Formats: sequence, C-alpha cells, structure tokens
Amino acid sequence: MIPQPHVDWFALAPELMLLGATGFALLGAVLLPRANRRDFGALAAGIGFAGAFVYAIVIYVHTPEVQSVIADSVRRDRFGALAQVIIAGAGLLTVGVSYARRMRDEHIAEYYALLAAAGAGMCFLVTANNLMTLFLGLEWFSISLYILCAIDRELEGSLEAGLKYLIIGGVGSAILLFGSALVYGATGKLAFNQISAAIDAQHLTGDALLVTGLAMIIVGLGFKASAAPFHMWTPDVYEGAPTPVTGFMAAATKTAALVLTLRVLRTAFPQEAHLWTIALAAIACTSLAVGNLAALVQQSVKRMLAYSSISQAGFMLIPIASNNAIGARALLYYLIPYSAMSVGAFAVIAARERELSAPVTLDNLAGMGWERPLLGISMGMFMFGFAGLPPTGGFVGKFYAFSAAYQHGWTWLVIVGVVATAVSLYYYLAVVRAMYMRPASELQLTPTPVAGGSPPRDTLLQGSVLLALTVTVGSFIAVQPLIHIAKLAASSLPF
Amino acid sequence: MGWLTTALILLPLGGALLVWLFPWDAFTAGSIALLVALAEVGVWIESVVRFNFSQGGLQLDQQTSWFSDLNVSYHVGMYGFSLWLVGLTVVVQAAAIAYAFWSGRTGARAYFGLMLLLTAAIVGVFTAQDLLLFYVFWEAMLLPLYVLIGVWGGPGRLGATIKFVIYTMAGSLLMLASIIVLGLSQGTFDLTATWQSSSDWLFLGFVAAFAVKAPLFPLHAWLPDAYRESPPEVAGVLSGVVSKAAIYGFIRIAITKFPEPTKDFRTVILVLAAVGLVYGSLLAFRAPDVRGVIAYSSLAQIGLITFGVFAVNDLGLNGAVLQMVNHGLISASLFLLAGGIERRAATGEFSRLGGFARGRPLLATVLMTAGIIALAVPGSSAFAGEFEILAGVFSRGWGYAVVGAAGMVLAAMYSLRLISAVLHRKPGPSVAPEALDLRPAELGAIVPLLACLLALSVWPAAITERSFAHDRARTDVNTQFEAAK
Repeated sequence: MIPQPHVDWFALAPELMLLGATGFALLGAVLLPRANRRDFGALAAGIGFAGAFVYAIVIYVHTPEVQSVIADSVRRDRFGALAQVIIAGAGLLTVGVSYARRMRDEHIAEYYALLAAAGAGMCFLVTANNLMTLFLGLEWFSISLYILCAIDRELEGSLEAGLKYLIIGGVGSAILLFGSALVYGATGKLAFNQISAAIDAQHLTGDALLVTGLAMIIVGLGFKASAAPFHMWTPDVYEGAPTPVTGFMAAATKTAALVLTLRVLRTAFPQEAHLWTIALAAIACTSLAVGNLAALVQQSVKRMLAYSSISQAGFMLIPIASNNAIGARALLYYLIPYSAMSVGAFAVIAARERELSAPVTLDNLAGMGWERPLLGISMGMFMFGFAGLPPTGGFVGKFYAFSAAYQHGWTWLVIVGVVATAVSLYYYLAVVRAMYMRPASELQLTPTPVAGGSPPRDTLLQGSVLLALTVTVGSFIAVQPLIHIAKLAASSLPF
Repeated sequence: MGWLTTALILLPLGGALLVWLFPWDAFTAGSIALLVALAEVGVWIESVVRFNFSQGGLQLDQQTSWFSDLNVSYHVGMYGFSLWLVGLTVVVQAAAIAYAFWSGRTGARAYFGLMLLLTAAIVGVFTAQDLLLFYVFWEAMLLPLYVLIGVWGGPGRLGATIKFVIYTMAGSLLMLASIIVLGLSQGTFDLTATWQSSSDWLFLGFVAAFAVKAPLFPLHAWLPDAYRESPPEVAGVLSGVVSKAAIYGFIRIAITKFPEPTKDFRTVILVLAAVGLVYGSLLAFRAPDVRGVIAYSSLAQIGLITFGVFAVNDLGLNGAVLQMVNHGLISASLFLLAGGIERRAATGEFSRLGGFARGRPLLATVLMTAGIIALAVPGSSAFAGEFEILAGVFSRGWGYAVVGAAGMVLAAMYSLRLISAVLHRKPGPSVAPEALDLRPAELGAIVPLLACLLALSVWPAAITERSFAHDRARTDVNTQFEAAK
C-alpha cells in the first residue's frame, strides 16, 4: 500500500479557493436561470481570485523559510507566493474586464469557471517542485485556456485560435514531457532539488541524455512563455481569442511560465548553468528581434500587442539568463507592472471593440484619447510602460533587467536590450499617436449606435483599468518596498 | 533648505495634476497654469536669495533613498550655474504659458497640464544629482514635448514627432546603458560622489544623448522639422531651454566625470561644433522663412556654446553659461514673435512678408531689440557671452577663435536679413494693412524676456562671476566641483 503523504492544505489554499470558485460557477451554470448566470459566475470567479490573492499574501508573510510539502512535490515559499499574488491579481482584473463583455449568456458561467480553473493551474504550477507536478500544472491551465480561446463561437477566429493553441500547445507539452522523461532517465529523480543532487552525486554534468532533456524542457517552457522561435501560435491566438482572455494570457501565463523557468533551472540544473544561460540569452535575443520587427508593421492593435508580448518575453528572459540574485529580483519586480499593463492594455482594446463592434486597428483608434480620457491616458501610460519610459514601473523593470545582465558580465546583452527598446518605441508610440494626434474625423467607422446614443458605462472595466494604471505608475514610485518583497521572494531560490 | 529645490519640481507637477484632475474651463485652466508658472518664478527668486554665492558647491540639496539595493536616491540640489539655468527655465516657461493662454489653445486642460509637467521635468534635469534620477527627468522631458508637438503642431507634425522621438531616444538609450554600467561598477549612482571614469565608451554613450538633444552637427536632422511644426511657444521652449539641458549634461556629467575622455575627444567635438556653427549660420542666412532662420541660428549658437564648454577653462565655461541663458531668452522671444507674425500673415515665408514696421511700432521695436541682441552687438549680454567664449577657446587653438569670430559676422548677416525681410521692404502679399500691432498680452509675454536680456547686458557679471565656485582653480572644471565639495 502506498503511504499517504501529509498534506499541507494551507500551502494549497490559493488553488483550492480558485477550484472552489470553479465549482460554484459550474453549479450556477446548471442550476441558475440564464439571466443570473453572468452575475453569479463573475461573482464566484471574482471571490475566487480575491481569495487566492489574499491567501497568497498570507502564505508569503507566514513562510520565511522554504518548506517542501506534500511528499516534496510542491514548494511552499515566498517565490511561489509572490507569483501567485501576481497571477491572482491579473485574474481579478480580468474578471472586471470580462464582466460587461457582450457574449451570449449561454456559456457565460462556464467562461468564469474556466478562468478560475486556469488561474488555479497557474498558481499550482509556480509552486511545482517536481517534474510530475510541473507537467500537471502546465496541462491544467493550458487545457482551460484552450477552451477559453475558443469559447466565443460567434467571434471570427475564436475557434481557429483555440484549435491552433491546442495543437501547438500540445506539441510544446509533448516536448516538455519527453524532456522530463529524459531527465528522469538520466538521474532517476523527479524532484528538482534531488535532480540537482543526483547530478552532483553521479557526476552527470554534460551528460548527453541530461542535456537533451534540459534543452527539451526549455523548449517546452518557451512555447508557454511565447518566446521566439517558439512563438508562432501567439499572434493568431492573441488576435482570435476573446480580448479579456488575451489579456489574461499575456499577463498570467507569462508570469507562470517565466517564474517556473527560473525555478526549475535554478533548483534542478544549477550545474548546467553555463549551458542554459547561453541558451536563454539566445532565445531572449531572438524574441527581441522577432517580436519587435514584426510588431512594427502590424495594423491590428491586438496583433501588435501579441508581437510586443513576444519581445517582452525576451526582455524578461534577460534577467533569468543572468542567473544571479539581482536577476531574480528583476524578474519578479518586472512581472508586477508588466501584468498590470498587459491586462490594462487589452482591457482598453476590449472597451474600444465594444464601442465599434469591430476589430481594433491603429486607424480606428483615432480620436479615442479625447473621447475617453481615462482609457486614453491609461493606454498611453501602458504603452510608455511597455517601452520602458518613466514614470512607469516598466522603466525600473528594464533598468533592473539590464543591471542583472551587466552584473553577469554581459554588456552585449544590455546593448541588445537597449537597441530593442529603441525599435519598440516606434510601435508603442504609434498607439499614442493614433489615439491623440489623429482627429476622430479620420475615423472611417462610426461607433455603432446603441439605444441611448452612447455605449453603456462599463464601471467594472474602467475600475480595472484604473487599478492597472495605479499599479503601473505606483510601482515606479514605490520601488523600494516592491524590490524588497521581490528580494525576499528571490531568496527562496538557492543563489 | 533643500525643500526649495524640491518645491521647484513639485510645484509645477502639482499644478499639472490640479489642471488635469478637475473639469476646469479653458480660461480657468490657463489662469491656474499661469499662476503656478509665476509662483515658480517666485520660488526661484527665493532660491537665489538663499543661495550663498561666495561659498560655491552644491547647495539647497536634499537626498532621500529611492531604492537602496542599487544605491539610487532622490538627490536634488543646485550649483551656481544650475541655478541660472533653472531661472532660464522658469522664466521662459512662464512666458510660453502666458503666450499659449493668450492664443487660446484647444484642449486647454491637457495643454497646460503638459506645459507644467514639462517645466517640472526640465527643472528636474537641471537639479538632479543622481544619474538615474537625471535619466528619469531627461525622459520625462521627452513625453510632454512629444504630445505637445504631435497634437498642437502644424500640418507636418506627425513626421516631425517621429523623427524627434527616434533621434532623441536612440541617443538617450545609449546614455541609459552607460548609466547602468557606470552606476553598477561605481557602486553608486550619486553624481556628487567623488568618482571619475576614464572609459571612452561610457563617455560616448553620454555624449550621444547630449549631442542629439543639443543638437550638435551632424545629429541635427530632427531640428528643422521639430522647430517648424511645433506651436511657437513650444518651439521657443525647445530651442531656448531643452537644448540647454544637453549642454548642461556636457558640463555636469561629460566633462566633470570623464576628464580623460574629454581630453581625448575634445578636438573632435570642437571641430563638430565649428562645422555646426558655420553650417548653421549659412543655412540660417539662406532659410526661406522666419522659423528656419531661428532654427538654424540655434544650431549655430549651440556650436558656439559647445566651443565654450569644451574649451574647459574658466573663461569658456563662464561665457558658455552666460550665452546659454542669453540664447535661451533670445530664441524664446524670437519664436514667440514668429508666432505673432505667422498669426497676422498666416505664413512665415519671407517671400510673402515685408513692411511690417509701417504702422506697427511695437512689433518693430521688439523684433529689432531681440534681433540686435541676437547678433551680439557690443554692449549686449550676447556680446559679453560670445566674447568670453572666444577668449576661452582661443587658448585651445586660434583656429577655433577665428571660426567663432566668423560665426559672429554670419550672425549679423542672418539677424539683419530676418529683421529687414519682416519689417522693411514693401509690404508682402500676405501682410494685410489692417494686421494689428503687438497686443498687450503678447507684449506681456515677450517684453519680460527682453527685460532680462537688457538687465544681463548691463550686468553680465551677475552670471559669469556666480556660476562656478568662487575660489575656482585655474584648471579643469572637475577640480572645481570636487574642491567645492
């Protein structure tokens, strides 16, 4: 009989909270009349994410030491807890953005259930401490996202997006699983810290099986983080998926994938650092080049932001590739404003889509800044933040990322990042230009008249955007406390 | 007393938020902005009173940690010469805001908020004593300018802003790379700490940012478009104040912190400045419109000021600081006048202008005064500044002084051409006989600038003897800074 491990339920509280929300939302989908499903689903998911947010903070506060729980399969530490806070925060904002979405009521409760389930999977993934839980968490949130992408069947491209994501994501998962198997074959261990110990004990450094496995794990995670050259699904999926889902994917999926990448490389393969630092730096450079150059020529704003998210993945791989404490700090710090900016930017696009009932291109953003001051200013700040301009947390994040690369001795990587930033300015500022510097009279499309003349006020959406704006700018002013939090979190990893 | 410097930054910032957050009408928004700008001048005067010129060194400083793990802090304060540049900023900004208020910009709240934000950013650049803080203010300067030109500019504004932003960002990102390397290798980002670097690459990173922003030949391709397409008062701020931020960077960072690279690259920079001076003057002489003359004359003047800075001696630096203030005031008032002329004739082209003097004595007098000071007539403050610069650069080689003197002759040529093409000759096809003389509001914006110039003409020593530490050494400026600490 297999002995049952002791389960630290508290360590799983954020996941349980979100799973509970999923269950409630699904019950609502079955039991409630159609008219109430939207409110109930949103409420359940909102409470779930808020609860996960709070529990993750509590875990952060009460876990000064790293704890291995549930038979070493999950780590309870501040590193994971901070990532959970970011993911839950992004989820909470996404619920606010999704609420007023004009989707048919038919599957609306399932939509929120899947959102909470995806959040739960990500929260689980960032605490994973062995190859099995890693794969479990990855598939858990991926399957939820496959369906979320395709859930709006009336939206052109939504089904296609879901299918594309399913197939390419499946390939990524398969590669990751194969890599895990190879690593297990080489070391005979599953838990990250035991793999590292086994590499030491059996002198496996440079072992072909191990290195191949490592490479495949990196590739698999690269698919999830949408880093080039594993990015080909990103533009189509980001464009086709319902916009709030896109925002959630850009923010939370990247957070989960990048945080886990750092954890697995740092705890399981520190001996191979000379290999994976180079590999990640190469992936970072490729992502920066591909993302930035392709974004330059996009007309669709969602597609442009999809490419921008590829280049952002490149930026965030720089601190991971630097393999030092300041890099871990940089990554965790940068993810905070980055997530807020991503959800916020896609929220503004969602609002514009509702207004126009058409896909948002640079042309039909014309005049938006003057018509909708809050959304316009927020979008401008998000773009400045992505471009790494003050006064946004994006500036400090890039500064820390470059500092990490310099500390690693890679001044060339700093230069690459700086050049990429210069290129990226062109397309980020194009959004500001479209919103403010072109008169609305250039707009070919007239906003669809709704009963009452103007589109309804989306209080929740605007609240979410305002919150995202506050985080974006606030993280610039409150650098010291946030960096301190990130520093404590990063100290959970063996540096 | 460090709060004075912080107040100089926070007052316009608070004003900007005040204008943005409440639904004022255009008149109220403009009034608030103008009041804040005037209060800012008042705070600056208070700082001048509190500043101890005989002591020298960094004064009115304040330091708070911003993020401690990389030793970045909010550290602001003023040296003698930064005090004068801050003064230039607040005075020109007040005039620009007054002019904009009078000419009635659409979207008043957005406009005046951005102008106040720009004020805060420029003052921040002149007072920041931490490299990263300096960079933050440097970039913060770009954002309002980008929007101000892009939204309220002329028909070619979109192209002009793209050029402007791409050029300046390319330069300043190189500076960011230099700052990161420098700050981490020194262990501090504080500018007042006694470190110096001998790295050519880092020096060039900084020089790239400053040379684009100034601009120094051959990095000036953004200049004519940006100056032509901006609203006149923004063009005045751009050429009068923002270009001085770049020169300030040369003095405060490039020369002070990189004495050896400065020596190595001095000849290159001086030659580029010389080329810019002659080339800019010739283009100004041939420019077909009012703004073209002012724009290219700015390029020439920046070349001259760079002479003074990279002479790296007392005379050159004192002259450069005086000339920075002079040129700031002159080009701001000329751009405001250009705005007035374009408003009346609907064009700035010389072929359609002329004969403005007849029946418009105020316009003629004001333009004449500004033009005469611009050509550095003996007795004017510009003459004092250029004289010191030439005397300073003479010690680096008489050739530079010859080029500089030739530049002064060329300045007379383009200034007189501007004056005669606008004021004299037969009335051009675009000059309607009923076009009004300068209105009291326009005078209210421009005359104070000219009054400052006249005051400086009487007493140029106010700046030249109060810019650097009083007990200055006869050698390089870096020793002065460090001796003053």
